Amino acid sequence: MGDENEAIPTILTDRHRTLGARMAPFGGFQMPIQYDGIVSEHNAVRRGVGLFDTCHMGEFIIQGSSATSDLEHLLTCNVATLDAGQCRYGLICNPDGGVIDDMIIYRTGEVSYMMVVNAGTQAGDFAWIREQVSDRTELRDVSQETGKIDLQGPDAPAMLANLLDDPIAGLKYFRFSENRLDEATVRVSRTGYTGEIGFELYASNATTLILWDRLLEAGATPAGLGARDTLRLEVGLPLYGHEMGTNRNAGESGFTSILSPDKSFVGCEAVRRHMDGGSVLTGVVLDGRRAAREGDVIQLVDGETVGEVTSGSFSPSLGRAIALGYVRREHVQPGQKVKVVTARQDLPGTLESTPLYKEGTARKSLKQFLEASS
Amino acid sequence: MNPSDRKYTKSHEWIKVEDGEAVVGITDYAQEAMGDVTFVELPSVGASFPKAGDCGVVESVKAASDLYCPVDGTIADVNASLENAPELINQDPYEDGWLLKLRDFDESQVAELMTADEYKASLDQDS
Repeated sequence: MGDENEAIPTILTDRHRTLGARMAPFGGFQMPIQYDGIVSEHNAVRRGVGLFDTCHMGEFIIQGSSATSDLEHLLTCNVATLDAGQCRYGLICNPDGGVIDDMIIYRTGEVSYMMVVNAGTQAGDFAWIREQVSDRTELRDVSQETGKIDLQGPDAPAMLANLLDDPIAGLKYFRFSENRLDEATVRVSRTGYTGEIGFELYASNATTLILWDRLLEAGATPAGLGARDTLRLEVGLPLYGHEMGTNRNAGESGFTSILSPDKSFVGCEAVRRHMDGGSVLTGVVLDGRRAAREGDVIQLVDGETVGEVTSGSFSPSLGRAIALGYVRREHVQPGQKVKVVTARQDLPGTLESTPLYKEGTARKSLKQFLEASS
Repeated sequence: MNPSDRKYTKSHEWIKVEDGEAVVGITDYAQEAMGDVTFVELPSVGASFPKAGDCGVVESVKAASDLYCPVDGTIADVNASLENAPELINQDPYEDGWLLKLRDFDESQVAELMTADEYKASLDQDS
């Protein structure tokens, strides 16, 4: 999967090369890491608008009269309470409470859903879901024929509204609508992976290419996986394979709101056993600019080892290094002084609750961004 | 492009002799390859390093690269501006983005390093 020769292009890979992107394999796809630079792309999303190719992600259609109850059993989050046009973040766990994948489930109709999953986990997810859902539930992988690009940042609403044939003004956080671009359908979801207001846009491959070109023409900054990573890290969003995996119990993620206490789901007993003890995912703000990296040990000031870094980077928005990591729960409180042990030196820092960057616009009303620009 | 008033190493450092000291930095190629520089660890003034000795680290958002001393020498000064503005290395690798100055350095080793043309040829060969 990390082999560039085996990585396959997305429908946009040629465009990335034309834009001069630095490419690398990710999740089995040839993806842009950066165009002009990670920091400038990061800042474009925080202050303007950035455009990401996320065609590598997988989309499944799940439908039928048993779909709701099947998904309720499969996913950690509540499903039956979703309205049509609403989506929710949740986890797929194994019986041990380990995380097979994190995903967003979209309720597209009374008995029909779209599930959006990570690139590298797609095949395994599909096989697991097929095994878990009833025979009469239809499960279809539509990743190949579905394009996905993310438009993110405070200038995203006005830019998208100008382009689409019909209005998006009423769209709330974690809601989606079917809109039109030159008569073609675009599914507009008010979600994203950056902490800023914006959209994940699903369309046919042909429409996705048109949408990508028009958004760049309209002035969106193309942004790569490098900026996507620093943006999500600043707001404490987990990356599968780092903060989550089959080797880490979902109860330790700290995402209690997506671990429904009201129902039974695969792995729920194991997850509930880990919701109080053990370790919990937390943010770390380091005093300096040097980055902690995955696997670095987190210690209390007196040298007691209490945890481990899962992701770390320089934070362009905060001007210092930040990290996410699992720390023994009894030591996790905002303001707890720690040090991260790296090969060259110990990096002093402080545990902080996420989001570490607190000015994100993701949850704000769409209207104020549309009005501000008109 | 790469200025001709200095010498270059295979590990993409430059070294320029002026006023009895040798100024050291990383090349434009190196900064471009690393991407946005976010942190620089520089050696202590007074410390001595052998040629190719590990004398610091340049970190970018995605990577960390060791800095190698181009020739035997003793640290006379380091660029303190980089502590809070490491992006100077990206913006101006050959002037404001210099990293350190050496004293008591081995001039014969400087002479053996690549000229700007030779360095360019070595990059062309690699690509």
